[in-house]
Amino acid sequence: MDTTLFVIQLLNGVQLGILLFLVASGLTLVFGILDFVNLAHGAVYMLGAFICASLTFLTGSFVLAVILALPIVALAGFLLERFIARPLYERDHLEHVLGTFGAILVIDTLAHLIWGPAGIAIPLPPYLDGQIEIWSGIVVPTFRLTIIAAGLAAAAGLYWLVNFTRLGMLIRAGASNRTMVSALGVDIKTLFSLVFALGAVLAGLAGMLIAPITEASLGMGNNIIITAFVVIIVGGIGSMKGAFYAALFIGLIDTLGRAFLDDIFKLFMSSAAAENSAPALSSMLIYILMALILSMRPQGLFPPKLR
Amino acid sequence: MKKLLVSLLGGTLLATSSIAADVKIGFVTTLTTPAAVIGKDMENAVNLAIEHLGGKAGAHNLEVVFGDDGFAPDTGKQVTDRLVKQDNVDIVAGYIWSHVLLASRKSVLDAGKILISSNAGPSQMAGKLCDQNFFSASWQNDQTPMAMGEVLNKAGVKSLYIMAPNYAAGKDMVAGLERTFKGEVVGKDLTKWGADAQLDFSAELAKAKASGADGIFVFYPGAAAGAFTKQYHQAGLKDELPLYSVFTIDGISLPKLQAANFSGIVGSKVTQEWDPSLDNPTNQKFVSDFKAKFGTYPSFYAAQSYDTINMIAAAVEKVDGDMTNMDGLRAALKSADYDSVRGSYSYGSNNFPVQNFYLREVVVDGNGDWTTKVVDTVLTNHVDPHAADCQMN
Repeated sequence: MDTTLFVIQLLNGVQLGILLFLVASGLTLVFGILDFVNLAHGAVYMLGAFICASLTFLTGSFVLAVILALPIVALAGFLLERFIARPLYERDHLEHVLGTFGAILVIDTLAHLIWGPAGIAIPLPPYLDGQIEIWSGIVVPTFRLTIIAAGLAAAAGLYWLVNFTRLGMLIRAGASNRTMVSALGVDIKTLFSLVFALGAVLAGLAGMLIAPITEASLGMGNNIIITAFVVIIVGGIGSMKGAFYAALFIGLIDTLGRAFLDDIFKLFMSSAAAENSAPALSSMLIYILMALILSMRPQGLFPPKLR
Repeated sequence: MKKLLVSLLGGTLLATSSIAADVKIGFVTTLTTPAAVIGKDMENAVNLAIEHLGGKAGAHNLEVVFGDDGFAPDTGKQVTDRLVKQDNVDIVAGYIWSHVLLASRKSVLDAGKILISSNAGPSQMAGKLCDQNFFSASWQNDQTPMAMGEVLNKAGVKSLYIMAPNYAAGKDMVAGLERTFKGEVVGKDLTKWGADAQLDFSAELAKAKASGADGIFVFYPGAAAGAFTKQYHQAGLKDELPLYSVFTIDGISLPKLQAANFSGIVGSKVTQEWDPSLDNPTNQKFVSDFKAKFGTYPSFYAAQSYDTINMIAAAVEKVDGDMTNMDGLRAALKSADYDSVRGSYSYGSNNFPVQNFYLREVVVDGNGDWTTKVVDTVLTNHVDPHAADCQMN
């Protein structure tokens, strides 16, 4: 096997993993701390992409558009929490699913009305649109490295926020025992709103980062949300660390499966059979792995400490 | 009393005109998911065709009922069933996707109705599954890439990397190319397709680049086209691995690529059975009216949808609105006796068009808009390779 190609594919896998982490971290944050199943998380991811696209055309700069779009997405998350999530906190998970599924339909249709069915391609500034040779022969698109860098920065920021700030302490406390936290005089409602908005920002950021690659398009969030759920289930629901490792793991497995499965199959079957079976198996690979991991560790790889 | 009123009403109608039977056309396309961008273009073209016809085929009113297949075979079949059974349409047309058409064909054909494809041309329905009541207003999937294969041979391309979506049409496209392409295929990727299609091609493009091929051939219709071309350019493959595509760079993706200023795409070449620059009066009227009304060049999807309606209208007029006259309808459709935007063509033994395929180049028009123009005729009066397998019953 060609080492250069393998390294490039590893980087591609890490990049996909980082994106998955951004989406999954918001999901696991909201699920772990608020005990709320937010299917509409993917819709926020799509909103992030579309808002960023519009702002890119308005301001002429992709970077500026991302900076401006983040607070807008936070506001969207805030509104989602206030009007859809909050009335449903006391209900069971099925009703969370129903409520947020309704939100998906509304947001998707709104996006269809505002931006049309066509989807929007986002132009990148020249310094992000080229390629970089990071090692001899290893040439990768600059923007894919940017995604990795931005995602790692967001992960580090999140780690710092949750572990070393007062807000993070309250978030962790709220996750452990929300009744006790509110009894101690902490405004738990505002705290939950903030957590929800933070989750929305992370999902929106992921949408903004992927949009210059795949375009902002309707229903884009519904595809990634399924993979994001796989990530948080594999990682252990509610665990930020689990989401990070599981996202990288899933990203790598998916990319490497697509990259090398047909070559591996060709070793022991005809090339026509390999060409047919490899795509079928590689699209199932992450689900097979999820089933395997759950059969051995039903609580996921890194379950959060018990309350 | 009611009966009397109805017969009286019928009598007055009879007196004023010949029996004005309303002909209902069911039109199945994708109106949701990102692929709705194609469906919208087709819907616009259908409405424009109806408008040009004044809503009538001869003395008979034409009514179109649209159905959304949601980019999924099961949904497509459901909506087809509804059109056939509940809306009781006379003819079912449309269908962008081969897998949707394959799933839906029985619902229409078993009901003894006419089925017309405005786009999808799966190999199965041109060969073993051909039917006297099924007509194509487009092409058979293999043909357009076959034309591209000839272009590649002429350009001296010796080795090729292939990427296509993993579904019925993707497989036909690859097979079609391999029929005519004389060089070596050094690698092939079939990617996940459908409402949750794979749009990030990082792994595949890295493989293609490492393969050292002379060029890359892709088939990525609809929303995937923009995503693919963007990543192809971001990966810096333009000079290293020239792009040859079918149904990817078209009237749907060009406006978007232009908005994002992807100038690398200007000058690239694709094959197709139709082009906005084809010089016949029907086409010029279609293209200019479409542009005036909807602001963009029509895509080939739109052109074929426009043809579909005109083809139906001509047949309805020939049988004078008698939709039970199946022999008459079939003969009229098979004659291809209507003004097609692609110029005149004929039907082969399997009811697929026998027509020309052109090489088109992406150019910038007088207003600075990106479009295509015909630079060469690659295949003349081409019969698809599956016609021989068709035992028409």
